[in-house]
Amino acid sequence: MSTSNSMTFNIRIWRQKNAKTPGKLVEYKLDGISPDMSFLEMLDQLNERLYAKGEEPVAFDHDCREGICGMCSLNVNGIPHGPDSQVTICQTHMRIFKDGQTITIEPWRSTAFPVIKDCVVDRSAFDRIIQAGGFVSVNTGGTPDANALPISKEIADLAMDAAACIGCGACVAACKNSSALLFVSAKASQLNLLPQGKAEKDRRVLKMVEAMDKEGFGACTNTNSCEAVCPKGIPVTFIAQLNRDYAWAMLKGAAAEPKATVGGA
Amino acid sequence: MPLIKFLRSTVGLKIIMGVTGAALFAFTVIHMVGNLQIFLGQEALNNYAQMLHASDEVIWGFRLGLGAVAALHIICAVVLTIRNRAARGSEAYAEYAAPGASLASRTMAISGVIVAAFIIFHLLHFTTQSIDPSFKELTEIHKGVERHDVYAMVIKGFQVPWVSAFYIISVALVSFHLSHGIASCFRSMGLTNPAYREVQEWFGLAFAVIIFVGMAAVPAAVLLGLVKL
Ligand code: HEM
Ligand code: FES
Repeated sequence: MSTSNSMTFNIRIWRQKNAKTPGKLVEYKLDGISPDMSFLEMLDQLNERLYAKGEEPVAFDHDCREGICGMCSLNVNGIPHGPDSQVTICQTHMRIFKDGQTITIEPWRSTAFPVIKDCVVDRSAFDRIIQAGGFVSVNTGGTPDANALPISKEIADLAMDAAACIGCGACVAACKNSSALLFVSAKASQLNLLPQGKAEKDRRVLKMVEAMDKEGFGACTNTNSCEAVCPKGIPVTFIAQLNRDYAWAMLKGAAAEPKATVGGA
Repeated sequence: MPLIKFLRSTVGLKIIMGVTGAALFAFTVIHMVGNLQIFLGQEALNNYAQMLHASDEVIWGFRLGLGAVAALHIICAVVLTIRNRAARGSEAYAEYAAPGASLASRTMAISGVIVAAFIIFHLLHFTTQSIDPSFKELTEIHKGVERHDVYAMVIKGFQVPWVSAFYIISVALVSFHLSHGIASCFRSMGLTNPAYREVQEWFGLAFAVIIFVGMAAVPAAVLLGLVKL
């Protein structure tokens, strides 16, 4: 990479010491950035220079850097995961920005995702929603034959689309109501659609919605912001599916907890 | 109790918003078709109005039902809007692009409140006739029986330019609210899937336009002198 190809950016990034101290946007001039660098490599460069000057580097979440783990979580120029569509910010490259551009970087903002430090937020609210019902209870026994459960191609594809969710939280970050419904509906539907998950469907839907409300996420007003930023392109139709499943569970009078069997089974 | 859980949950409240919104939309369409009978002349419109008022039991049943639906819609809107604001948190984004969201979808609470103000004015204007009590004296003799002359009342009402302008702006806001609301209520009620989504979006936009044209046509026609006494 020749230096003539290097880019300069004006980085405005959120700095916040810890959960209790108020934060602010701080500006850094950053030169010598290759257009082939990923967005996070650009931030690594910024941090190297802060280190060299003896300053505290910027904290941000990341892990796989290949768009599969869901750790990276930056709001870039007002859009979660930045301007590139259907990619995480870790898979975004600097060439999509203009040389000399100002880039504003903020953490996800939501009451349910409090900032821990700089651009790192606490997303354990999502874990608690999964713990409430985003699983299939498998009791002991032999492994069933793979072909014993017929699943149509359409249903398998739909369940896979839902299962593409990496739980990054961009949907919440983008929603004007901080609604978690795209996440919750994808995580519930990936199981509800399949025979293995059907048995606990009603209970799962009730429990996950209850947990979601308890965490303080907002309601869905169908603005489509979540779908627009979702790095996996999960469609909002899963939200309609969840609403339907929730209404059915309620109409059936399904209970969130299974009744204890008297006298044992 | 499942019902209490339902009424507490954001999803449950959204389903109520969807059902009540759909009912209000259906009422709006019927109301529009009723209004358009003004173009069939005095006899037709006044017959229609007389038919609606024929039975106190029926009209009061409708009024109370519709009032309850509107009240539920507004109560859920208020409760959810407060929750949504709280969920967003106190620290606002320095930059927020509202990706993918239409203007109508982002301003439902505002357009809703203005529509509510308009509905109150509209009821005081043509239903209770308190804004201009002289409307009550407009009667005609039909088949030897005296009845309220709704045709004359509507024309007199809309011959006042600011009243007509206010109605036209307000129905524009109703259709703006519905341009998002119609497609949205299908989704809130869980009646959307990948196959129907696009059709519902087009249906919503088409009806938003139809409602604007159909509702604004009456005050516009009176102002332009196309319909007169
Ligand atoms: C009277 C005052 C009103 C207020 C305060 C109000 C407020 C709201 C709000 C806050 C929403 C939810 C936002 C969203 O889903 O994006 C909504 C949805 C809706 N409103 Fe209204 N609205 C009012 C009147 C009306 C009227 C008169 C109609 C019909 C002509 C109507 C039809 C709808 C529909 C169809 C929806 C979509 C429901 C859904 O998404 O579940 N609203 N309204
Ligand atoms: S760091 Fe794993 S998805 Fe971005």
